[in-house]
Amino acid sequence: MTHKIIATLWRYSPLLLLAAVWEGVTQAHLVSQYALPTLSGVLTSMWTLAIDPDGLVYHTSRSIMRGAAGLGAAVVLGTTAGVLMAWYRPVRLLLKPFIQMFYPLPKSALIPLTIMWIGLGDPSKITLIFIGSLLPIVVSSFNATRGVDSVLIWSARGMGATDRELLWEVVVPAALPEIMNGYRVALALCFILVVAGELIIANNGIGFLINFLGEGGDYKGMFAGVITISLVGFLADRGYIMLMRRILIWRE
Amino acid sequence: MATVAPRAASALGQRRESRPALARAFDTFAPYVIIGVLLIAWEVAAQEKLVIPFLLPALSVVLERIGTDLTSGALAYNIGITLYRTVVGFALAAMIGVSIGVLMTRVVSVRWFFDPLVSIGLPMPKVALLPVFMLWFGLFDASKILMVAFSACFQIIITTWHGTQGVDKELIWSARSLGAKDREVLWEIVMPAAMPQILTGLQIAMPVCLIVVLVTEMQMGGRGLGDAMLVAARYAQTPGVFAGIIEIGTVGFCIIKGMEYLRKRLLVWHQETMREETTV
Repeated sequence: MTHKIIATLWRYSPLLLLAAVWEGVTQAHLVSQYALPTLSGVLTSMWTLAIDPDGLVYHTSRSIMRGAAGLGAAVVLGTTAGVLMAWYRPVRLLLKPFIQMFYPLPKSALIPLTIMWIGLGDPSKITLIFIGSLLPIVVSSFNATRGVDSVLIWSARGMGATDRELLWEVVVPAALPEIMNGYRVALALCFILVVAGELIIANNGIGFLINFLGEGGDYKGMFAGVITISLVGFLADRGYIMLMRRILIWRE
Repeated sequence: MATVAPRAASALGQRRESRPALARAFDTFAPYVIIGVLLIAWEVAAQEKLVIPFLLPALSVVLERIGTDLTSGALAYNIGITLYRTVVGFALAAMIGVSIGVLMTRVVSVRWFFDPLVSIGLPMPKVALLPVFMLWFGLFDASKILMVAFSACFQIIITTWHGTQGVDKELIWSARSLGAKDREVLWEIVMPAAMPQILTGLQIAMPVCLIVVLVTEMQMGGRGLGDAMLVAARYAQTPGVFAGIIEIGTVGFCIIKGMEYLRKRLLVWHQETMREETTV
């Protein structure tokens, strides 16, 4: 146990080193405090914002709620569409043109459109995140399903599996690891879109808070916001990897 | 990522291969027919006032807007400036990312230093730093380009690192025993062997660059397609917004296809090029 803690500490020691350099450089006034506030000041500000009811906790939870709603919908619909596209030819013929047309579009281009169509509130942000993370999920599910080892399919057929059994009991489980990798890509993209959407126009959310504090000149608060969202992104990614390992525990 | 490591023996892939010529011709043309039907439906719905023109202007109106932008020179200027920011930022990210990635494989201390930074930097939403970049580098091209480069470089570092680390040790040993110097091993063995993965990293990073460049332009202005779209949205000019989406979509399409082509050219010696690809 102690071994593990020491190993983790050693692994992350460069971060401590960077933090020390940050604090040292700013304390010694080598850089202007308007460009880079002291780390201790940022952490104090982070604590003040964390206990403020309208502070970090509120705004971060708004962002997470939006991200989860958009991403959740994209996971359900995107996986279904991707798997069905790979399995049924008519679905593939029908959907593929749309995918090919919208896949290369940088999804942030939809920010002005969602604002005009749906407004400034949650539904417009959630729609943006949904559309943005949908296509990567469709594409990875499609490729994963099509890439399933044909030997698996032949043996299941040989043992008398019907088409539907084949799909749900052989193909989907076999494709699951790659499908879940696609979700991880979408998770990262979803965070980008949440923050970008909130930076540009919003009334709350962590992106809004960072922008608001920065424009108001509260740079300590701004850095506190940036550190918070970085931590949330990191923890979400780590949490997802752990979840993925649990779900895919049947693979050697 | 549009290109996924292809597998030669995919039952689903093979099923398509064995189809007769007529059916394959149908497969080829069906997408265009579907897109055509969709575009006609859009035009008709807008002309017949089935939708509110403010929300969905007719396709012809949008195309007219693109035409106006084209003749006034605004389109070329905006695309040019957006592309300039994207490409310079991407090139910076590629240079820095590949160098750090290679060094992480070769030098223990570099690996020790960058490993935790990359593992935190990769999943974090880098655009959150946009206000910080605006504070540090101002409101002009420098902050936009650096934001693009910063957003893209972690992905490139990590794929380069994994790619160079995963190079078959026997290749390196045989080159060494044949008398290759360290530098020769790097450039003639390690880099080519890691090239598919490095290119994959670049292919993942490019769309991110496009997303981020639009966000920076929307956030701080300074011309470019993102700025033009947000201005159109502010003045409630829906055709301008749709024109922007079509324009940036076309740019994105060309860039992604260009990179796929480049990958095939660069990896013409590699076995992945010889197989049929599972590409959407």
